[in-house]
Amino acid sequence: MRVVLAEDLHLLREGLVHLLRAHQFDVVAAVESGPELLKALITHRPDVAIVDVRLPPTFTDEGLQAALAARKQVPGLPVLVLSQHVQQLYARELLADGTGGIGYLLKDRVFNTDQFIDAVRRVAGGGTAMDPDVIAKLMVSNARNEPIARLTPREREVMELMAEGRSNAAIGQRLFLSESAVGKHTASIFGKLALAPSDDDNRRVLAVLAYLNGR
Amino acid sequence: MEETPPPQGAFTHSPQARVAVRLRRMKQVRSLGYGLALFALILVQIPVAVVAIVGVLMSTVLGMVFLFEPSMRLIRFLAGIDRKLMHRWVGVEIPVPYRPRPPAPVRGRDGYFHHKGKRYRTALSPKIDIMLVWAISDPATWRELIWVIIDPWTRTVLALGPSYVIGWGIWRTVTEGQYWGLALAVAAFFAAPVALKIYALYALGLLGPTANAHLVGQVNRLNQVRADQVDLQAAELRRIERDLHDGAQARMVAVGMTIGAAEQLLDDDPAAAKALLVKARESSATALHELRQLVRGIHPPVLAERGLADAIRALALDSPLKVKVHTDLRERPESPVESAVYFAVSELLANASRYASRVTIDLSRRGRALRVTVTDDGPGGAKAVPGGGLAGLERRLAAFDGVLALSSPPGAGTTATIEVLDALGTAEEGVPVNAMPSGWRGVLYGACWALCWLPLIPQGLVATFMLIFQSSERSWFLALYMPDPFKWPTVAFMIALGATMLATGIRLAPAPGRNPGVC
Repeated sequence: MRVVLAEDLHLLREGLVHLLRAHQFDVVAAVESGPELLKALITHRPDVAIVDVRLPPTFTDEGLQAALAARKQVPGLPVLVLSQHVQQLYARELLADGTGGIGYLLKDRVFNTDQFIDAVRRVAGGGTAMDPDVIAKLMVSNARNEPIARLTPREREVMELMAEGRSNAAIGQRLFLSESAVGKHTASIFGKLALAPSDDDNRRVLAVLAYLNGR
Repeated sequence: MEETPPPQGAFTHSPQARVAVRLRRMKQVRSLGYGLALFALILVQIPVAVVAIVGVLMSTVLGMVFLFEPSMRLIRFLAGIDRKLMHRWVGVEIPVPYRPRPPAPVRGRDGYFHHKGKRYRTALSPKIDIMLVWAISDPATWRELIWVIIDPWTRTVLALGPSYVIGWGIWRTVTEGQYWGLALAVAAFFAAPVALKIYALYALGLLGPTANAHLVGQVNRLNQVRADQVDLQAAELRRIERDLHDGAQARMVAVGMTIGAAEQLLDDDPAAAKALLVKARESSATALHELRQLVRGIHPPVLAERGLADAIRALALDSPLKVKVHTDLRERPESPVESAVYFAVSELLANASRYASRVTIDLSRRGRALRVTVTDDGPGGAKAVPGGGLAGLERRLAAFDGVLALSSPPGAGTTATIEVLDALGTAEEGVPVNAMPSGWRGVLYGACWALCWLPLIPQGLVATFMLIFQSSERSWFLALYMPDPFKWPTVAFMIALGATMLATGIRLAPAPGRNPGVC
């Protein structure tokens, strides 16, 4: 699987390259600035891009802007954005085109190798990987929303994990539930939120995220 | 001239009442009324002024210094009435120019009052001395003394003048059938607002702050702001130090120790070493989380990355309230201003989340000022408590000439408005507001200030005395050479001319009040 990596801190960049190579990823380019990133994304058209939000030369949101620009030219280009802080505002912008293949994680998530690699694979496969912090904030800002308030605590847990982008199987594993039990919970959630049910994991995740963002 | 609506009961259907209302609405009629009222106030002004002037004379000539400060206070009382009336009737705001009152003497540890190297048993003498120095050293005192002496005359001419001329003109027309009298009356009728305005400007010149007094006030205010900022900054640094010390720093020590322990166990008990390493990783993640919170409190990353408008949008998204953000801001203010405004909005939102469910935030540009309003649908009745969160916001904003205004009528929600002057630059270079006038304006300015005293005092006031006391000496006083019916009009003309010149000089003066950055 071909990866383009953008990270300005040398140590972290090298660490990520090692990590990805150890998991049989092919790192085709590891760049350190916004303009370089955009060029690499357009020329290499990788299977997935891993991008730091803040990059030179301006040290603002160069990485995010480059990723969004590349996705305009290459629709659906899978991008996993890493940052020292997560913002609902950025999550919205990333999810705005509704095509999936988006990841948005705190940099600390790299510490947990298995989960991080899982997230990279999910995004490369057109899925979604949202940081639990983003989802927690989304749930807080939706706390006064009537249908959300009617969810049972268990349903809420399922919904949070689903919004992070996990499949029913993964959610079941996390919560020690059978896949069919998770299926029942998701059906109930979709009923309470008046969303059209779907068997496709990706489409379901995007529907839930769109609902949470749709205030 | 401000437009005062007629009182509620005035709307009746009788034609006389309607005429009365329409008359009252006319600027000229109102000006004549105000002029007569101002003139009537002379009845109070002159006795009080005489008492005050006698007090000042006794304190300077006879050395009864304790009389000086009370006399001055009498004059200040008169000046205060005029300031209020000019603001309410003419719309000319005359700022109070006095220097701040000195603190009262404090009893020393030995039970005596220490003042200028001497000890006093009671506070009376040092207090009189302190107040005397305060009164004498304030230039406003002397300008008000001049004002109280010449004001009855200027007031008679400018406030009573128009009404008098109207009456006199009509009387001439009625008794002697001379129609120019009527023309004069009409002219005086239309000149009444102008005369009142000139009177207000003359009052502004003598009762308002000089450029110097203005600067003194500004320096005092800046000192206060600086002291506040230093305090705030020190408190902020202490908080950061404490957070780092108790949080991230302590956790990093724990991480180091855990890794050290794992290192020792690595050969003998790899399973235990692994467990310790997991713990170290968790600790470092917690430390990162705490550092992230700390950074948010120092300078939020979104603000650095996106600027004020998006940072406030991010705040709105994180809030459990339904928040709408409107903005027409294209450019970014200076980073410290952005930060202060961001934290102010954040605090206001946090306040609103306790009482309200919907909030509208509006960011806009007013000239060079940045204005942010935060409106909620809560129950209203919010108040800024001294030492509370809102007072803290005000102190933080004060460093950038920013103000916070709260409007919170009970039952109608709360609107907080933040305005930071000069937060946004303009394309054109700002005109230096405190520059002296130059060119013909400069010549006119100089001529007005230098020559206005001539018609005002010798030709106006002194000639008045000479006329009253029927002096045989005529000297160089123009009015005394005039044929009888023109003697008094000449005096009036001279005083009006002097006052007009004075007002013109004031008008052309470098106006400190026009600088929006000044209090």
